[in-house]
Amino acid sequence: MTSRARNLYLVPYLLWIVLFVIAPIVLIVYYSLFDVEGQFTFSNYVKFFTPVYMKMTLNSFWYAFLITLWSLLIAYPTAYLITKTKHKQLWLLLVILPSWINLLLKAYAFIGLFGTYGFANGFLELIGIGTQQILFTDFSFIFVSVYIFIPFMVLPIFNALEELPPSLIYASRDLGASAWTTFRRVVFPLTLNGVKAGCQAVFIPALSLFMITRLIAGNRVITLGTAIEQHFLVTQDWGMGATIAVFLVLVMALIMIVTGGRKARGAK
Amino acid sequence: MRRGIKWSKLYLAAVFIILYAPIFYLMFYSFNSGGSMREFESFTLEWYGEVFSDTRLLIIVLNTLVIALLSSLISTILGIIGALAIRQVRRLQSKQTLLSLNNVLIVSPDVIIGASFLILFTMIGLQLGFSSVLISHIAFSVPIVVLMVLPKLEEMSPTLIDAARDLGASRWEVLTKVTLPFIKPGIFAGFFMALTYSLDDFAVTFFVTGNGFSTLSVEIYSRARHGVSLSINALSTLLFLFTALLVVGYYFINRRTNNKPSNAEVGP
Repeated sequence: MTSRARNLYLVPYLLWIVLFVIAPIVLIVYYSLFDVEGQFTFSNYVKFFTPVYMKMTLNSFWYAFLITLWSLLIAYPTAYLITKTKHKQLWLLLVILPSWINLLLKAYAFIGLFGTYGFANGFLELIGIGTQQILFTDFSFIFVSVYIFIPFMVLPIFNALEELPPSLIYASRDLGASAWTTFRRVVFPLTLNGVKAGCQAVFIPALSLFMITRLIAGNRVITLGTAIEQHFLVTQDWGMGATIAVFLVLVMALIMIVTGGRKARGAK
Repeated sequence: MRRGIKWSKLYLAAVFIILYAPIFYLMFYSFNSGGSMREFESFTLEWYGEVFSDTRLLIIVLNTLVIALLSSLISTILGIIGALAIRQVRRLQSKQTLLSLNNVLIVSPDVIIGASFLILFTMIGLQLGFSSVLISHIAFSVPIVVLMVLPKLEEMSPTLIDAARDLGASRWEVLTKVTLPFIKPGIFAGFFMALTYSLDDFAVTFFVTGNGFSTLSVEIYSRARHGVSLSINALSTLLFLFTALLVVGYYFINRRTNNKPSNAEVGP
């Protein structure tokens, strides 16, 4: 009796899994084995290991690393300070609120803010530095990306900090540790899981950003995401696009296995 | 000590100013009669008028809302079924596998979801447009609903169901009168998450939208690249207020039901 009821629930759900989780991955792998003319070939993979694509991949990783690092550096103190405020849930909500606003609109705002006659240049003019080219630089790309990912970094760190029993901090201070030592030896290690979750939530999307590279970096930065988009929607070379996607899926799986294993240990 | 507090306030203030600067920048210039985001000439509501007379834009807004509501509704139902299915699986191994498969779409970069769905729809022969966008939005919202509902289900004591069965409730009555009311907060959280995911999505839609159909993000993307009109600013302002309302609603529903905003990780 129970097993029949269970099967009933499983049917639509498994159908969803097969259709939208397994089939797409299989199809991507399948397409990566064909070239533009529809011939079965491994040439896409050979092409992927040429310097052009390798450089792009490394570039992509480097930018994703920088974005994750800056997000962490800015988000950790923010999360920490929010836990110290009176209405912390409200402040947290205010941090998350911008992430609920369409990404495109925010990118669009930055085009205005960073433009030649924008607010940022007006400010630079005012303090005597003079007008600079801000839009279409690495700086603007990283700044906007960090801006977009900050809430995703703050949230898990905030949760980790909230779970930290305050008695541990009192104990540490009582035993004579300075504020810095307490942070370094007690607070930070115990919130490492939140940090990891945050880095995971930022790094993978950062690796595959594509719209911001267009609008903010003006095609100067080509990430793996941009390359996939190019191959699928512009040059129509689905095979090559799929090959890059296969690579991204593998990286993702690797990250998931590494962090997933840790999470299981943390849960214990 | 006092200085420390002051610096921390300053830091938080700076973070919040940067977080909200682009949003208020857009809103500010939406009232500019000058026609650009350079200089503020005088106050006008002209751009708001333009938004409401731009039928194409209104249709797109309507499309976006219809897609968001429909997809979150359907994915909520599928997600509940999925959560029920996962809960009833007894073997730990199968449960883990199901959960990992469930999470694939959450951690996948949007570009990959978009590209693989594009391949899938082309393979099946589905016309790109409303239905392909709707199906994709349902597909990527299901796992987040599952993740929101499942913890609530696991919280529920099995004795509740046994008691209901003992007292003569049918399977259907147990579901609608015991289980569903119990997991209601999870369902609401899942629905809202799905809604915001759908409203915020750009990358996946961009891949599977085809030519005739467009959602707001895709439309803003193409408009932002071809130069800008302040009616987009006006629209952003309206959307911001709408989103803020949604979020506040979500916050209060969450607060009323469990006094603490959900700790679930929010993906990009």
